[in-house]
Amino acid sequence: MIEVKGFSFTYPTGSRPALSDVDFEVEPRELCAVVGGGGAGKSTLAGVVSGTVPHLTGGTAQGTVRVNGRDLDDTPLSGLVGEVGLVMQNPFNQISGARFSVREEIAFGLENLGVPRDEMAARVDLVLDDLGLTGVRDRSPYELSGGQQQLLAIGSVLVMRPTVMVLDEPTSQLDAAGNALVFEALGTLKEQGVTVLLIEHRMERLAHAADRVLVLDRGAIVAKGTPGEVLADERLEEWGVAPLRYTVAARRAAGRGLWPARKPLPVTLDAAAAGFGETVDHLDRGDWR
Amino acid sequence: MIVRIDSLTFRYPNGTTALDGVSFSVEAGERVAILGANGAGKSTLARHLVGIERPASGTIEIDGRRTDGLGIAELARTVGFVFQNPDDQLHAASVVKEVGFGPRNLRFPPARRTELVESALRRTGLTELRDTHPHHLSLGERKRVALASVLAMDTPVVVLDEPTTGQDHASVVLLGNLVDDLATDGRTVLAITHDMDFCAEHFDRVIVLENGGISWDGPVAHWLAQVADMAGQTLELPQMTRLGRRLGWAGPVSTVAGFLERLASEADPAPVPSTAP
Repeated sequence: MIEVKGFSFTYPTGSRPALSDVDFEVEPRELCAVVGGGGAGKSTLAGVVSGTVPHLTGGTAQGTVRVNGRDLDDTPLSGLVGEVGLVMQNPFNQISGARFSVREEIAFGLENLGVPRDEMAARVDLVLDDLGLTGVRDRSPYELSGGQQQLLAIGSVLVMRPTVMVLDEPTSQLDAAGNALVFEALGTLKEQGVTVLLIEHRMERLAHAADRVLVLDRGAIVAKGTPGEVLADERLEEWGVAPLRYTVAARRAAGRGLWPARKPLPVTLDAAAAGFGETVDHLDRGDWR
Repeated sequence: MIVRIDSLTFRYPNGTTALDGVSFSVEAGERVAILGANGAGKSTLARHLVGIERPASGTIEIDGRRTDGLGIAELARTVGFVFQNPDDQLHAASVVKEVGFGPRNLRFPPARRTELVESALRRTGLTELRDTHPHHLSLGERKRVALASVLAMDTPVVVLDEPTTGQDHASVVLLGNLVDDLATDGRTVLAITHDMDFCAEHFDRVIVLENGGISWDGPVAHWLAQVADMAGQTLELPQMTRLGRRLGWAGPVSTVAGFLERLASEADPAPVPSTAP
């Protein structure tokens, strides 16, 4: 469970707040997505919820952040290990460099927690399998492609079984297959009761996976709601977020009377196909009103 | 400037074959997207173009000259490479110094240098960040600095490795325009990408790599029409392509403009409806 109340933060060298008066909650079994343009404060927010901001960065903060009921202000970072998992934006920053194979790299966190050997091996193998990394388990992390490194970074966090998971653009370098694996893994986590905060640029995946979407613009939350409400908002581009092509096509079609008037603008392929299917059927029958 | 690759093969020291007899050529002003699953050999191919890797066998010719006979400086004048991870290529203390590094090393005259740097900063939307240290920038901004530093070298061939990842909406729009402008200027653009919407909107041709070999090479529209079914497994097809297929339309659409045109033509035979809501 993540609870952020009236939280503002300015970096030590910052001239303006990176986050201002941010308020939101994410429940267990919920996937909350954060979207916004460059410099909106998304990665800072990921750092705040995972405890690295301001503990490691310094800077001035107001307001409260509670994770699983604990105020992060009085919780040392070490107290969050195994409870909050952070997958960083750049997988190169996450690989320990202290291990020589993918398998060892994924086991690294568990080794440090003193998890028994048999259990460790079983958990590592499960994660390798879930993320399609079994075939490269004995390779050096540095021999992997960018996408594979990204899966590895996710695996090394998943294996810790955190109850709160924060992911900062975890799929930016992944192909469709890798993407599907990650979102499948996130779905499983949700079912297991994990609280997920996901920063993501790929709106189509979000539209399916997210329960709620927050939009950050210059450090402030400017919109919250279901993917359907938020991603179809006509101010999305002003907030620096790419609208889905489905939404753009329907909005333009609506302007020419070619989108069913009572249907909300679509944010998924299914909704777009249903709406445009209706338009096409009516056009075919010649009874378009 | 013509890039010609002939029977290019490359193996990693551990024996893994990354490229296996790859051949293709690209004309000046062409915009070519290189697609493929993770680990298919895309980045390895790009690294050969710029001379970071040397082929085990096969040849690369640029403008009729084999690259294995060219020195690094000569190659740097010809092919610009923007890394997937900008931190692999950034080292200077400010954006403007970083962008100026290449043209200075290539010994462009000072006036030309200034012109190239300013134009590169402008085209990548970095003019206002010129005096910032690259380490104080976001990942997306650092990626644009890496791009600007390559643009400033004014190379006839530009190779981009995953240019849109980590970029926000405004930057993706800017990147797309840039790709179009480079091609209009007669420069050759090769880009590795997973972003199929970006590919459909800004590229002429796709080359698909599979297990180190080329499994498809041709115009974007043909590729979408012919192999979309199979490719859907590893590549996320453009949104409009998938929508067109769901509506049972024959022949692919790939962009919003193309989709709306098609929809309007469906509407055309029937009396034009007066349905403005």
